Amino acid sequence: MRWLALIRPGDWLVFLLVAALVGFSIPQFWQGGLADRAIVRQEGKVFAEVDLRTRREILVPGPLGVTRIVIEPGRARVVADPGPRQYCVKQGWLMRPGEIAICAPNRVSLQITGRTKVYDSLSY
Amino acid sequence: MTRSVIELAVTPEDRRVAWLATAAVGLSLVDAAIPTPLPGIKPGLANIVTLIVLLRYGWGTAVWVSVLRVLAGSLLLGYFLAPGFFLSAAGTTLSLLTLGLARHLPARWFGPVSLSILAALAHIGGQLLLARAWLIPHDGVFLLLPVFAAAALFFGTINGLIAAKLLADSPAPESTP
Repeated sequence: MRWLALIRPGDWLVFLLVAALVGFSIPQFWQGGLADRAIVRQEGKVFAEVDLRTRREILVPGPLGVTRIVIEPGRARVVADPGPRQYCVKQGWLMRPGEIAICAPNRVSLQITGRTKVYDSLSY
Repeated sequence: MTRSVIELAVTPEDRRVAWLATAAVGLSLVDAAIPTPLPGIKPGLANIVTLIVLLRYGWGTAVWVSVLRVLAGSLLLGYFLAPGFFLSAAGTTLSLLTLGLARHLPARWFGPVSLSILAALAHIGGQLLLARAWLIPHDGVFLLLPVFAAAALFFGTINGLIAAKLLADSPAPESTP
């Protein structure tokens, strides 16, 4: 290949370094930092605020019964909910800042936050 | 009566700069004609000229050619002194400074491709910093960084390869630019 002959060894190094930089910058800039906290709300009030570092289970009592939330390193989900349509359960694992699962019938919500605040929308 | 005549002595160096700047301006126009998915992402074909000038005639000539290219290109495309002009100037300035440093890298290991990638990154960096400081004073502009950096890597590599090929195909003609 004639084109490959034009690339010198250091060029590969620069290319790979910059490619790594690009790869590294995507999660850094696009997800408001990494997910590190989960906020559980009941009736709009904060029920629990936990670090996404340890494994644990949170039981949230609501008007219909108990919503079961599982926290794992880097992610969280609603495992069981007494609501009729199970939307928040079907949402599965939440792992990015700003993601939220709302179990409206039981008035429970689970939200992931990062170091920086993520906005749903901005208007000027 | 005395006739005042202003003699402009045109050196071969001046002619060379003018020719090369013309080529760069031409490529800028081609650049502007290529549709891009996101404003701000351009192939930056004129950088091929900058690279060749840098490697063949030195950094000083490259600065001249770039400055003329930014000025004439913006006049022709109608954005002289508009925000785009200052973005372009900021990017070019940082890119030239980077090239000034990067050209001291050992040539055996680092060729035009390295210089091109680094210059493209510096160009993006200069533009984003100015945009952050002046046009969009919010850290949100940096959300575009991954896209811009990826584009800089892609186009920087291609431009560097083209420059390397042109340099390899035409071994230093010292008399004619």
